[in-house]
Amino acid sequence: MATGEKTITINMGPQHPSTHGVLRVIVELDGETVVRARPVIGYLHTGIEKTMESKLYYKALPCTDRMDYLAPMSNNLGYCLAVEKLMGIEVPEKVKWARVCLAELTRINSHLVWLGTHALDLGAMSMLLYTFRERELILDIYEACGGQRMMTSYIRIGGLAHELPGDFDVRVRKMVDTISERMKDYEGLLTNNEIFISRTKGVAVISAEDAINWSLSGPMLRGSGIARDLRKDAPYSGYENFDFKVALGKKGDAYDRYLLRLEEIRQSLRICRQAIDGMPEGPYRAHVPGVVLPPKEDVLYKMESMIFHFKIITEGFSAPVGSVYQGIESPKGELGFYITGDGTNHPRRIRVRPPSFVNLACLPKLCEGRLFSDVVCAIGSIDIVLGEVDR
Amino acid sequence: MTETNDQHIVNSGTSLDIDARIRQFLIEQFGDAILKDEVFRGDRQYTVKAEKLYSICRALQDNDSLDVRWLADITCVDWLGHPEEEHGRFEVVYNLCSLSHKYRFFLMARLPGDNPRIQSVVDLWHGANWLEREVWDLFGIRFEGHPELTKILTPDELEGHPLRKDFPLTYEQPKFSWNLNEPPEIVK
Repeated sequence: MATGEKTITINMGPQHPSTHGVLRVIVELDGETVVRARPVIGYLHTGIEKTMESKLYYKALPCTDRMDYLAPMSNNLGYCLAVEKLMGIEVPEKVKWARVCLAELTRINSHLVWLGTHALDLGAMSMLLYTFRERELILDIYEACGGQRMMTSYIRIGGLAHELPGDFDVRVRKMVDTISERMKDYEGLLTNNEIFISRTKGVAVISAEDAINWSLSGPMLRGSGIARDLRKDAPYSGYENFDFKVALGKKGDAYDRYLLRLEEIRQSLRICRQAIDGMPEGPYRAHVPGVVLPPKEDVLYKMESMIFHFKIITEGFSAPVGSVYQGIESPKGELGFYITGDGTNHPRRIRVRPPSFVNLACLPKLCEGRLFSDVVCAIGSIDIVLGEVDR
Repeated sequence: MTETNDQHIVNSGTSLDIDARIRQFLIEQFGDAILKDEVFRGDRQYTVKAEKLYSICRALQDNDSLDVRWLADITCVDWLGHPEEEHGRFEVVYNLCSLSHKYRFFLMARLPGDNPRIQSVVDLWHGANWLEREVWDLFGIRFEGHPELTKILTPDELEGHPLRKDFPLTYEQPKFSWNLNEPPEIVK
């Protein structure tokens, strides 16, 4: 049908509970069928990349938490790995293991929020209450580590902000046991739920070929059956030492992506357990004078450490001229940091490759020709965070 | 700082074989279009002539055995006021991947500061659509042949391209548009 003939255009968002933030979709409907869908973004654009470029490398870190605020540790990790790659810093083994554990906690955290909100969008109210109850355990671990529940900034360039808390392993084990047990409840509520199945099976389908052409990543790409996981394909931070499986979907619909994310939570729990069991002893920060801040204990008693502390805080360190890219597998997909150094203590360019932004671009493809109610399911199954889409 | 001699090691999850094959393919097919070819911290980076970039992308995508089908990212670097600027002020960066070979490399093209333009790759990758719109919005690089090159992140009233280095960091906020038809009132 030609545009405007018998169609009606309606506006969904930017203030709408199922758009998970300030996403606006202009939808053109023929009856209940979507003829055209056009996402409008930018309501949350705060120029984070520009802000980061105006800061010292060290001080740009807290900006990364504020992009994907459901997965702060992943963002910290991506940025720190990129700067470490640019500066050629090697971190101690213990730091690698702790970072893997924290990044997987973040994945569970993000997937739990996704599960709760996605189910809520589709009418299953109680899921939200259950998943947020379990998420609390993870936020408590964050709080014990860095003192913050959401904007952690705990992973720092060259290591961690502090030593891990003494009862870290006890807390993580408790969390792993609890969530492993509760997974059965989630599955019981949704996996064979007829309403949930009819809302998600065969909805928001994307084929493997299209998924590649639209540059999708993460669960969106794996849901279509392509085994792309940076933890396996380009291991970072010691992921090659861990035993886990990459979950894959077959049909590329919303139901497959639901099963896939549940499986990812299970695999993350496995990785967390392995990380706790095998955590080596050692320092929590690399010893690289002039680039990595010395431990606070040393600053108080050692002259040299105090000088370096003062120098790094005031003038930072200078990076070589050149560009590096470091991608990590964040809960939403491939999160990449492209950092260009220009010989000064400020980055010339920090580009964030936001998985939500790139995945959201295919929303019209998922919705067009489908029912209007499927738009909600499509947005939910992409798993976006508008803080990251708009930056 | 540990000094790593990584000029000859490509480590971004790559096999050396595919790195050599893509390099050979590019040199054979587009020898005179490759201006620079280097490995920095394990990332393979080719600087190519801007007018040849589209045909290089197309040839890579068409080649079945290389399987360069996944465009990860498009971005830009503004070298204003840096010695690098003499090669061209803007450096557009295409981040390409071969999923089956688990290989990543970068194509860079230098554009002048005055009226920068390059051919769009949207007809090769749908995913390039929003990425190019973002680069247009934030850097003002015109992608020729893009179906809808409009602002994507910044408000409609904002003049200029914020990620350019000559755009001030703090600046009078634009008026947000609840009614686009009224001309914006500039508060000085």
